[in-house]
Amino acid sequence: MSTLATNISACPACVAAPVAETIAARRAEREAGIVLSLPTAHCAACISDVERALNTVPGVRSARVNLTQKRVSVAALPSVGAEELVARLAAIGYPAHELDPGLLSTTATDRQGRDLLMRLGVAGFSMMNIMLLSFAVWSGAEAATRDLFHWISAAIALPTLAFSGQPFFKSAWASIRARRLGMDVPISLALILSSAISLFETFEGGEHAYFDAAVSLCFFLLAGRYLDYRSRAAARSAAEELAALEVPRATRLGPEGEAIVPIVDLAPGDLVLVRPGGRMPVDGVVTEGASEIDRSLLTGETLPLYAGPGSVVSAGEVNLTGPLTLRVTAAGRDSSLHRMAELVAVAETARTRYTSLADRMARGYSPSVHILALSSFLVWLYLTGDLRLAVNIAAAVLIITCPCALALAVPAVVTSASGKLFRKGFLVKDGTALERLAEVDTVVFDKTGTLTLGAPAPLGLDGHHARDLAVAAGLAAASGHPLSRALSVALRDMAIAPATIEDLREVPGYGVEGRWQGSLVRLGRAEWLGAKLVEETATFLRIGAADPIAFRFSDSPRIGAAAAVAALQQAGKRVLLISGDAEAPVARLAAELGLTEWQAQALPQEKAAKVTAMQAEGRKVLMVGDGLNDTAALASAHVSISPASALDAARVASDIVLLGQDLSPLPDALRIAVQARRRIKQNFALSLAYNAVAVPVALVGLATPLIAALAMSTSSVTVSLNALRLK
Amino acid sequence: MEMLVYLIPISLILGGIGLAAFIWSLRNNQYDDPDGDGQRILRKDWDDRPKP
Repeated sequence: MSTLATNISACPACVAAPVAETIAARRAEREAGIVLSLPTAHCAACISDVERALNTVPGVRSARVNLTQKRVSVAALPSVGAEELVARLAAIGYPAHELDPGLLSTTATDRQGRDLLMRLGVAGFSMMNIMLLSFAVWSGAEAATRDLFHWISAAIALPTLAFSGQPFFKSAWASIRARRLGMDVPISLALILSSAISLFETFEGGEHAYFDAAVSLCFFLLAGRYLDYRSRAAARSAAEELAALEVPRATRLGPEGEAIVPIVDLAPGDLVLVRPGGRMPVDGVVTEGASEIDRSLLTGETLPLYAGPGSVVSAGEVNLTGPLTLRVTAAGRDSSLHRMAELVAVAETARTRYTSLADRMARGYSPSVHILALSSFLVWLYLTGDLRLAVNIAAAVLIITCPCALALAVPAVVTSASGKLFRKGFLVKDGTALERLAEVDTVVFDKTGTLTLGAPAPLGLDGHHARDLAVAAGLAAASGHPLSRALSVALRDMAIAPATIEDLREVPGYGVEGRWQGSLVRLGRAEWLGAKLVEETATFLRIGAADPIAFRFSDSPRIGAAAAVAALQQAGKRVLLISGDAEAPVARLAAELGLTEWQAQALPQEKAAKVTAMQAEGRKVLMVGDGLNDTAALASAHVSISPASALDAARVASDIVLLGQDLSPLPDALRIAVQARRRIKQNFALSLAYNAVAVPVALVGLATPLIAALAMSTSSVTVSLNALRLK
Repeated sequence: MEMLVYLIPISLILGGIGLAAFIWSLRNNQYDDPDGDGQRILRKDWDDRPKP
């Protein structure tokens, strides 16, 4: 620390420049406001509490909660830091994390959503007006009146279709150019053909015009398209939000002192400072300082390791006690963190080959619609020689078979199911994740940070002497080490008054020492105190020359972990625990949660291999994990879930992110997924049933615009209602 | 039947007003937080006097 101080004071002018720059950069960010993620907000009281609390912070101009996105945006003076706001919210019981507003490209996605909504609204209003006129025609308007109504309908319908139909025309054109027949080709064909034939009929004073059907078709399809967009946008913003959680910066020590730089700017050979509590941004070698590092995110080990000059550290490890200066050996693309992420990317591409139910349906549906319409046209032309009648019938067939209900069937269910899951704390990142989740029969859990909170709690404190506890409390209060903090909190809960310790001093990498009633007392690592190592995570206390006493720790299970495991086992799933941690803590947790199948000290490759082997046996594996050592397994599993506290590589590799602390909704999520898949299938069956009735009517030439409108609307409404039945 | 000369334009104008209102609300970010807006009417913060 002393070299740092001299660095800074030696050249104040040089320091000022980069600092001014970073401040300017932060100001620029602040223009967009501070955005915090609020995973637990869910009701009116939450909105009031959060907004009131934030408005009392000096310098805050306004705070507004967005409950749909579970975020709060704050407009504040540049002097207000996000940490301050997060602390304020934590004090009233709302966990929050800062999001990087630069990464949240809400404006861009919003524009697209708004564009769709505008087209949907225009189509809706036109549909209502045209339907009013059509009712008159259906109920028997004749000759001149009918023609007038058709003309007015045409005047409304044609501009509407030209505006609202654009998304379909564009994507149909794109798929034709790529020589494919997507869902949008028959849709566009139906819209264009039906409005063209209706316009012709209107000119001729004909009896049937399909303007109403064409516009309502456009409306229902846009509704499906919008729902689909909404769930995709939610997934995308979730992914952005998670990426934004980790602001990738590092403190570089240059000749001009400290500078905060993006990680991408670091090069091998640079010196980087990592403060206690910070995560190693790069792979490197320690050149200065002593500390302990927590590797649990990388390996699953809960025991902190000593790090001093010469120790090799990898990106992703957490520095616990003292500041460390690292010489960068590999940064960015070459770092171990990134290599792992690339492994994940490879595994991901293998998984995207999964075809969703909707895709499988569309693949068969699209060509058959074209064939059906074309053959009805040819047959009628051959039978009657009447081109106008043949085109009319072909248009009717296209309108009726149009995948209206199909295009609504999946988005409606997916939106409703993802909404349900979001309220339970699950963020579905991937569109097909729900379908894959529904097929799961085996669940593999990681231990540290997944089934446990990743935060240690002391065991069996009652067994210690009251004097020892008092001294430990006095020493532990002086340290920021996670074990000391946990010990301190536990002792305070036991109402133990800390002993007064003099000359308190933290020895980075080792522990705390001080003087109590004239004798030297130390709390810290076993090596430092000359104690015998125990297998679990432990810290040791030594008073004078007495034998060291061990305080053992265990990681407390996540809330709802036991309930989740029990419910999954009851639902007939095979549940496994595979951890990189030592055998004793894994065995204890397995026993506590009632798990019979477990494996300890598993290397990352072993985890992935085990998952792959089970998949090869035909099992569908759900992997739940949070560490870097889980990422390969997460990516190779059929579907994967990671908690929001996980390392970003793990979150990227997983399909679903658990936002809250509680694990108990997990079995519920599986149940919802199974139900959603059943609803999707039901919806397909429903819309096929409608087609089975309506298509023959259209083929024999009996379909009037009334029948077409009826068939279309009822099938769309039924599938939407069926989707809402999801409990 | 002469009624139609009035009724049809009236229905079209009414529809047009609805559409204009929809476009206005869309441009004013009224659909950004549907869940929050649903909850906000239930809170008691500004029951006595309007928010300044």
